[in-house]
Amino acid sequence: MSGDEINLQRRYFLIGATSVVGGIGVVGAAVPFVRSWSPSAKARALGAPITVDISKLRPGEMLGPIPSWRGRPVFILYRTQEMIDGLEAQNPRMADPLSENEEQQPPYAQNLWRSRRPEISVMVGLCTHLGCSPQFLPEVQPQPFDANWRGGFFCACHGSRFDLAGRVVRGVPAPSNLQVPPHMFENDTTIVIGVDEETA
Amino acid sequence: MEQQEAKKDTAWSRFMAWIDERMPVTETMQYHMTKYYAPKNLNFWYVFGVLSLVVLVNQIVTGIWLTMSYVPSGEEAFASVEYIMRDVEFGWLLRYMHSTGASAFFIVVYLHMFRGLMYGSYRKPRELLWLIGMAIFVVLMAEGFFGYLLPWGNMSFWGAQVIVSLVGAVPVIGPDLMEWVRGDFVMSEITLNRFFALHVIALPLVLVMLVFIHIIALHHVGSNNPDGIEIKKDKDENGIPKDGVPFHPYYTIGHDLPAIVIFLILFCGVVFFMPEMGGYFIEHPNFERADPLATPEHIAPVWYYTPFYAMLRAATFPLFGFDAKFLGLVVMGAAIAVPAVLPWLDRSPVKSIRYKGMYSKVMLGLFVVSFFILGYLGTIPAGPMATVLAQICTFVYFAYFILMPWYTRVERTKPVPERVTTR
Amino acid sequence: MKFLLLALAVSFLAPTLAQAAPSGDWDMERFRPNLHDKPSLQRGAQLYMNYCWGCHSLDFQRYERTADFLEVPHEVFLDNLVFTDQAIGGLMENAMPREQAQNWFGAAPPDLTMVTRVRSETWVYNFLRAFYVDPLRPFGANNKVYPNIGMPHALIELQGVPNLVCAEVPANGRDALTGEAMTEERCDVIEVADGTGVMSAEEFDQAAYDITNFLYYVGEPTRVERERLGVYVILFLIVLLVLTKLLAREYHKAYH
Repeated sequence: MSGDEINLQRRYFLIGATSVVGGIGVVGAAVPFVRSWSPSAKARALGAPITVDISKLRPGEMLGPIPSWRGRPVFILYRTQEMIDGLEAQNPRMADPLSENEEQQPPYAQNLWRSRRPEISVMVGLCTHLGCSPQFLPEVQPQPFDANWRGGFFCACHGSRFDLAGRVVRGVPAPSNLQVPPHMFENDTTIVIGVDEETA
Repeated sequence: MEQQEAKKDTAWSRFMAWIDERMPVTETMQYHMTKYYAPKNLNFWYVFGVLSLVVLVNQIVTGIWLTMSYVPSGEEAFASVEYIMRDVEFGWLLRYMHSTGASAFFIVVYLHMFRGLMYGSYRKPRELLWLIGMAIFVVLMAEGFFGYLLPWGNMSFWGAQVIVSLVGAVPVIGPDLMEWVRGDFVMSEITLNRFFALHVIALPLVLVMLVFIHIIALHHVGSNNPDGIEIKKDKDENGIPKDGVPFHPYYTIGHDLPAIVIFLILFCGVVFFMPEMGGYFIEHPNFERADPLATPEHIAPVWYYTPFYAMLRAATFPLFGFDAKFLGLVVMGAAIAVPAVLPWLDRSPVKSIRYKGMYSKVMLGLFVVSFFILGYLGTIPAGPMATVLAQICTFVYFAYFILMPWYTRVERTKPVPERVTTR
Repeated sequence: MKFLLLALAVSFLAPTLAQAAPSGDWDMERFRPNLHDKPSLQRGAQLYMNYCWGCHSLDFQRYERTADFLEVPHEVFLDNLVFTDQAIGGLMENAMPREQAQNWFGAAPPDLTMVTRVRSETWVYNFLRAFYVDPLRPFGANNKVYPNIGMPHALIELQGVPNLVCAEVPANGRDALTGEAMTEERCDVIEVADGTGVMSAEEFDQAAYDITNFLYYVGEPTRVERERLGVYVILFLIVLLVLTKLLAREYHKAYH
């Protein structure tokens, strides 16, 4: 009948308990809404590993930006011996010459040529700056953007440059080397992109 | 005792003072919550307004999320719904929350309206409040109708086909009007696209605005109550109604919170354990893609339209020079619209059914029974017996309104107490 | 308010009444699905893919989800149940060209992903067991549950040849004199010719059960997940209800 019957302590306890449990409920109710934004079964099916036949690829040529894996262009580059030999000399110009940033390639591609086999390089063809697809300019010749161009990839969007192993040149906007996706050789002329021995 | 701690100079109070100087936040909160005095005798029936707000929020949020994965095209609409049901993570939950929410919306709104009928909530000074509510009801029916086409199932298609064909019953301009509504010579992707736009943008906007002014109007006149007594007429020395209690926290925490949780339990019970509700909430033929060449064996609208659909079908004979088809349209339209004039039909000296006489009680009872029977008849195939029954019930439905000026005046009412009663 | 409750009860009973309606002269046997019976679902998937899927696609269901739910390793599933070059993540679409199918059958065979939701699982189960030989039909088969159906009896090599014969069948009521159960002679009883099928009657019923059970799963693959999650949600809400009720009572005390 009057205010002095109110047990404030009990009331505050109940307010606290209800708020905590209600808060858990709100978070729980948010889960389906948040989770529904992750790639759907359809997206995952379309992003499944792809198999690429490279039997027709010749030294010095690149296959790309088709095929695509998970909707992203993939570059498959067949380097000549000359290109491979020239990589080491480029090290001083590179931001991460030894591929120490482990997120940009699987462990088996953490080497000078950033690939499983020195001649075949598999890379995601998207600039690590803001995601434009760089151009492939393999010729060793002076370029308007680089007088000492030794061949590689040039992103016209914001001027980032990468060498023939996808290593980013020092002093450009892109922060890291081109990404090497998980991949493996099914046989000499067939590459599976998107899966390797570890994730299979 | 809540006021004792006010006026402390804390960071919070200074922050609120800064805000209040620029925007009336505290004042608005007080006006609508802590200093909005609701009658202290509100009962169970007064919870459905707040519940319809809960459902509205549910529909808007799940609707936004469904729109993210739904494709409004004839080729892909049906497949995209199954894509949501299967491929999108938790998509099935979002979809069932939305489909169950549609039915839940009508359940709470019908109960909310019935409360209004019982306690005379449409009477002066709440006529405008009631009219806004009627507008909400009509928009809600349209919203449900447009939304029902979107899954592009066979029942979606044929249900919309039947209702759009109704427009064709309008004399002279009917056939042209029908083509204009569909934007095609049959129901097609063009129709689907405009229904989609109306369902996801136009009508929700209108609905939210109407709900907003519904609440503004309510808080201006104050809630009615089961006794139908105006609590504002009896105020204490501070200008606070003697029979009023602050809406917050007495009703928000004291009544509505547990009621919302009970509602959520029932709602989740349907969503998780019987989302089709035996074919009433999601009709079986709607799991089949729309087929313009094959009508489902039996077309029934979703349950919330069936009372009005039964009245439409009850018109089987020409009258006053109009054919049955047009009369059906008129009867259905009138059935939906007639509650709007209630404030001017009710001539009783009292508001609440508690103090009204026998006639009002019997008529309200008959009205509800006929509404339920009509609702059932609308789900089953038309037959001679069903048609006669539907005609009788249609008659009762309208008698409740048309005879109201008479029976509310002649019956003997009970005296209304000075103060509200709490049972 | 009793009439309200009564009317509600009537309206909730109505669908159950509608579903119990018999179809023609076939007594519908109620189907009880069991989504936890993985061997049944596996057999059902195998039967469906071999005998039905060639014509009746499952356009909305993916192999991967099916394999995972049926607890079949992906390689085994790909080797035994995937007859196209679809990857494991692909949809269970068959390769039948729609327009040609329309020419062959008059109407393209429908997709059956949601058939149990459209027609009910009981209907599908009885339908599979209600085929009989009818030389007047274009494909030589007719069906008690779906009269004048435009498809052959796809499971005939399993069931054997089902003919319509005259037989004494139990009738309603009992003989007034002897008290024995009455029978009547009817000439539309399905009887499978001996030795014409590879399955016994019981085995065939089981096969029909398995196929239906599989289709029931495919109709709503999220059902098990839905019901499991539902239990937790309801339990949580009950806890919340207790708390809010207690809190509400605290505020009531202040005003009464």
